[in-house]
Amino acid sequence: MSEQRRLSQPHLLGIKDLSSEDIRLIFETAVQFKEVLSRPIKKVPSLRDTTIVNLFFENSTRTRISFELAEKRLSADVVNFSASASSVSKGETLIDTVNNILSMKVDMVVMRHPAPGAPELLARKINATIINAGDGTHEHPTQALLDAFSMEEKVGDLAGKHIAIVGDVLHSRVALSNILCLTKLGAKVRVCGPPTLIPKWIHTLGVEVSYDIRDTLQWADVANILRIQLERQDSRYFPSLREYALYFGINRAMLDELGQDVVIMHPGPINRGVEVTSDVADSSQSIILQQVENGVAIRMAVLYLLAPRREQG
Amino acid sequence: MEHGRVILSSKPFQMVLDRLCYALIENYDEFHGACLIGIQPRGVLLADRLVSRLHQILHQDDLRYGKLDITFYRDDFRIQGRPLVASRTELDFSIENQRVILIDDVLYTGRTVQAAMTALGDFGRPETVELLALVDRRFNRHLPIKANYVGIQVDAVDEAYVKVSWADHDGDDKILIYPQKLVSPHE
Repeated sequence: MSEQRRLSQPHLLGIKDLSSEDIRLIFETAVQFKEVLSRPIKKVPSLRDTTIVNLFFENSTRTRISFELAEKRLSADVVNFSASASSVSKGETLIDTVNNILSMKVDMVVMRHPAPGAPELLARKINATIINAGDGTHEHPTQALLDAFSMEEKVGDLAGKHIAIVGDVLHSRVALSNILCLTKLGAKVRVCGPPTLIPKWIHTLGVEVSYDIRDTLQWADVANILRIQLERQDSRYFPSLREYALYFGINRAMLDELGQDVVIMHPGPINRGVEVTSDVADSSQSIILQQVENGVAIRMAVLYLLAPRREQG
Repeated sequence: MEHGRVILSSKPFQMVLDRLCYALIENYDEFHGACLIGIQPRGVLLADRLVSRLHQILHQDDLRYGKLDITFYRDDFRIQGRPLVASRTELDFSIENQRVILIDDVLYTGRTVQAAMTALGDFGRPETVELLALVDRRFNRHLPIKANYVGIQVDAVDEAYVKVSWADHDGDDKILIYPQKLVSPHE
């Protein structure tokens, strides 16, 4: 007989709400979905009576495609919504928009929003399962889950492993979710970047801080490199992209000096030649494309585990 | 759990397994163009034993054998309180135009077998599919499904629960019947 388990949370709003057992359950389920994705027909009927709306109030390519593919691979009915083509541009509030969509009988909402906490507000106000696909500079839980899952595939159990998060930590929701997820799994985490892009409070999350990229790469088993988020930067945090690339950009020569293979990751989209050069991003040390592949399996696992119970009758 | 009644003890249990093996050999000879697929989790325990016994009898160790998990194909997972945790599917060969022998320990409502046949379709189009079950609870079917090879038939009320116990897994080879379902069983 199959074992029955569920996540401790009814929604996925952030990694902060998950226990390490929850994360393990998501990983175990994702392994099985990865196998499904290797089949000739990559589709299972698990969510065939579920309607999911993807509410994207912010631009996204890979997360949105990844969620949509995950939903379709689970046989859910999918509705896509983007803010630019909606009544939001006519002044409708978030809750009104979502309630209108829900009155059309939607079971789950996958939401990306520029305001931190928007998914939490929705979870309190409306009757549907909410999955956070990124809220402002706050959290991006499925990205952190797929990052940690990809790291484990590459370097094994993360307990005690050295993981560096490099770059624009200040504006990155991926960084916060990564730190929470990795520390829950027992990894040692260090953030590295220019002092202006490292929040002053970051050590309270139990991570080390370094401003020296070479020393950090020497220390690390895995380096997760973040994108410089120019669109969120409200003032100049460094003199020029060229200077950033010179001091914090990761290039081939730098990695060759280390004498050890650091696994290179990037959540995308990459600013090639800024935070990482092409010969590193496309090298055998990089698992950037595996991250994208694992993203679908992780999102299938999250959707499967959070699918609302169906009433009988 | 301790109040089950043994309906097949270890010795006849071995004889039933042997009989099933010979019935398969009679129809599949050396199993060319055929494969055995155990349904996770407990059908695999039966399939493991049958495959190793077939290897002994046939003096060959090249039978194609896979394991199929049907968790994501169940039609009841959202009716139950919690999602089911999936087991592993291991099918490293194509079943296209193959004669498939699907193996499960207990054939009860038939829903597991229905889900397994849906799942099989995602791996290719087999030439034929046959079903082997160690226990056939023939009066409890919800669907028009019948096994081609049956170890023993058990006539029991709906409330009863039949469990196959395995020496290398549960301590002893035997089949037990309990007056009540222990937890909601799926076949």
